[in-house]
Amino acid sequence: MIRFDSVTKRYPDGTVAVDRLSLEIPDRSITVLVGPSGCGKTTTLRMINRMVEPTEGTILLDGEDSRKQPVTTLRRSMGYVIQNAGLFQHRTIVDNIATVPRMLGWGKQRARERAAELMERVGLDTSLAKRYPYQLSGGQQQRVGVARALAADPPVLLMDEPFSAVDPVVRKGLQDELLRIQDELGKTIVFVTHDIDEAIKLGTMVAVLREGGRLAQYAPPAELLSGPADGFVEDFLGADRGIRRLSFFPSTALELTTDAVVPADAPAARIAAVEAPYLLVTGPDGRPLGWAERDALTAGDVPAERLLPYGRPFVPGTDSLRVALDCAVLSPTGWAVAVDDDGRVTGVVSQQTIGEAIRAAHTAGRADGEKVAG
Amino acid sequence: MSGFFDIPSDLQHSWTGLIGLHMREALLPVAAGLLLALPLAQLCGRFRWLYPPVLGVTTVLYAIPSLAFFVVLIDYTGQTELTVMIPLALYSLVVLVPAIVDGVRSVPDETLAAATAMGFGPVRRYLQVQLPIAAPAIIAGLRVATASSISLVSVGALIGNQGALGNLLAAAQKYDRPELAVNAVVTMAVLAILCDALLVLLRILVTPWMPRGTRPRPAARREEISPEGAVR
Repeated sequence: MIRFDSVTKRYPDGTVAVDRLSLEIPDRSITVLVGPSGCGKTTTLRMINRMVEPTEGTILLDGEDSRKQPVTTLRRSMGYVIQNAGLFQHRTIVDNIATVPRMLGWGKQRARERAAELMERVGLDTSLAKRYPYQLSGGQQQRVGVARALAADPPVLLMDEPFSAVDPVVRKGLQDELLRIQDELGKTIVFVTHDIDEAIKLGTMVAVLREGGRLAQYAPPAELLSGPADGFVEDFLGADRGIRRLSFFPSTALELTTDAVVPADAPAARIAAVEAPYLLVTGPDGRPLGWAERDALTAGDVPAERLLPYGRPFVPGTDSLRVALDCAVLSPTGWAVAVDDDGRVTGVVSQQTIGEAIRAAHTAGRADGEKVAG
Repeated sequence: MSGFFDIPSDLQHSWTGLIGLHMREALLPVAAGLLLALPLAQLCGRFRWLYPPVLGVTTVLYAIPSLAFFVVLIDYTGQTELTVMIPLALYSLVVLVPAIVDGVRSVPDETLAAATAMGFGPVRRYLQVQLPIAAPAIIAGLRVATASSISLVSVGALIGNQGALGNLLAAAQKYDRPELAVNAVVTMAVLAILCDALLVLLRILVTPWMPRGTRPRPAARREEISPEGAVR
C-alpha cells in the first residue's frame, strides 16, 4: 500500500503544489488522481517515485518510508508511463521495452524474450520489434510505453496522463486494454488524468484535487457521482452525472417481457394475442429484425423494409442500466431490445420499466449508504 | 618546366605531404574542440544561467580574426603548428558548444522524465539518452567546424610557413606559378568536400532511428561560411 501522510510540496518561490495531502492507495487496484491543471496531480504522482521530493510529510510504501531505499532502486521497482510515451527515439521498440530489465542486469536474450512477451500482452504485433518509434502511430507508441513500464514486472505502475495525447477512438481502445491488463496482472496503479470520464471509467478509487493541491474528495466513482462533497467536485463532474452514475448499476434485474417478441413467421393468432401497440419481429436465427405496428402485422407479413429500426440492443448482465436506458431512448418505440451474447433476442423492456429499476437502484444505494454510515 | 604537382623545395613537403600536414593542422583542432565542447556543453545544460555568458564569450572569440590571434600567440608558442591549431580549436569550440547544447535540449521532456523515472542517473542519462539523440545536431556542428578549419589552416602561411597547402598560395606569388594557387584552392576544396561527405555518412550510420528524408536542424547559427572565411 502507498500512503501519503500529510504531504506538502512547496517550491522555493513559495508556490504550494500539494497541500497536506493524506491518501491511502490500495494495492492491486487503479487509483485515479484527477483535477484541473495546476492542482498538483502530477507532482503528487512524481513524489511517489521521488522525481519530486516532498517538502513536508512522508510517503510510506508498505509501511516503510520511501526515502529509506536508494532512489534508483525505488524507481526501478515502479513502472512509469508518460504522456506521448516518452520513448527513446534512438532505440528499437524491443530495446525500449527491455530498458529496465537490462539495467537490472538481465541478459540480452532474456530481456528481449521478455520484451516480445510484453508486446503481445499490450496488443502489439511482434513484427514491430525491430522498428524505431517514429515508425509507429501514437497509439502504438503508447502501448510500447505501457509495455516498457511493465517490463521488470514492478508491483506499482505510475501513469501520468498516458492517454491524453491520442484521439478519442484510440484512447478508448487503450483504456479498455489497460482494464484488461489490470484484470490479468493486478498491479497497484496510480493514474493521473484531467479527464473526469477517464477517471470514472478506470478508477477503483478517485481522488479529486483542486487548485493549490488540496484533496477535494476521495471516493469510489459511483459514490463520487451520487454524492459530490462540495460545489467544486459537482462542477468538475459536469452536468450529466446522474446519467453517468447509471453506468455503475447492472441491468441484470430489469424485468424483460417476451410477449411482444414474435418470429417473422408467427401465426396470426399469436400476433392477435399481443396487447402492446408494437411488436418486435425476429428472424429465423432469433436475431431482431425491427419493430412493427401490431395492427399492420395482423394483415400478414410486413416486408422488412417497412419495419421500424430497433436502434441498438443491450446485453443484460454485461451492460449497465445506462446502456439499457440509452437503447430505450434510441429506439423509436421507446422500448429497448435485450439480446444474449450471440445476439438473439431475450426480451424487450420499456423506458418506464427502466425508470422503475433506476429508482429501485437509488433506493438500494441509499440503504447501503446508511448501513455504512451507521 | 614545372608541373602542377611539383612543389617548390623550400616548402619541404611533397604534394601528398602537404595534404597530410594540412589535415593534421585542420582536424586535430576540431577533435580538441569537440573534447572541450562536450563537458562545457554539459555544464551549460546543467546550469542554465551559464549558457548565455558562455555564448557571449565564445561569440566574441569567434569575432577575433585568425591572423590577429596568430600574432598574439606567436609570443607564447612561436611560429609553430600549435600557433595555428589553438585558434582553430577555439573556433571549433565556438561552433560545437551551441550545437551540442541545442541538440541536447532538443530531447523531449517526456523522454527525459521517462529516463529519470526508469532509474537513469544523470551521467547514464547524458551518455545513453541525451548524447545519442543530439548526435545529428553535433555532427552538423562538426561539418561546419571541419569545413571552416580546413580553409582557415591556410592563413598559417602568413606566420612562418605554417599554412600547409596555404603555403602554396605564397609560393605561387614568389615563383610566379599561378598553377600552384589553383592547386592549393582545388585541393583544399576537395578535402573539405570529402570530409563533409564522411561526416554525412557517419550521421547516416549512427542514426538509423531518424525518419528518412528529414535533415537535422541547422546546428549552428554560424552555418553560413562566408567566402572571406579563408582570410579571417
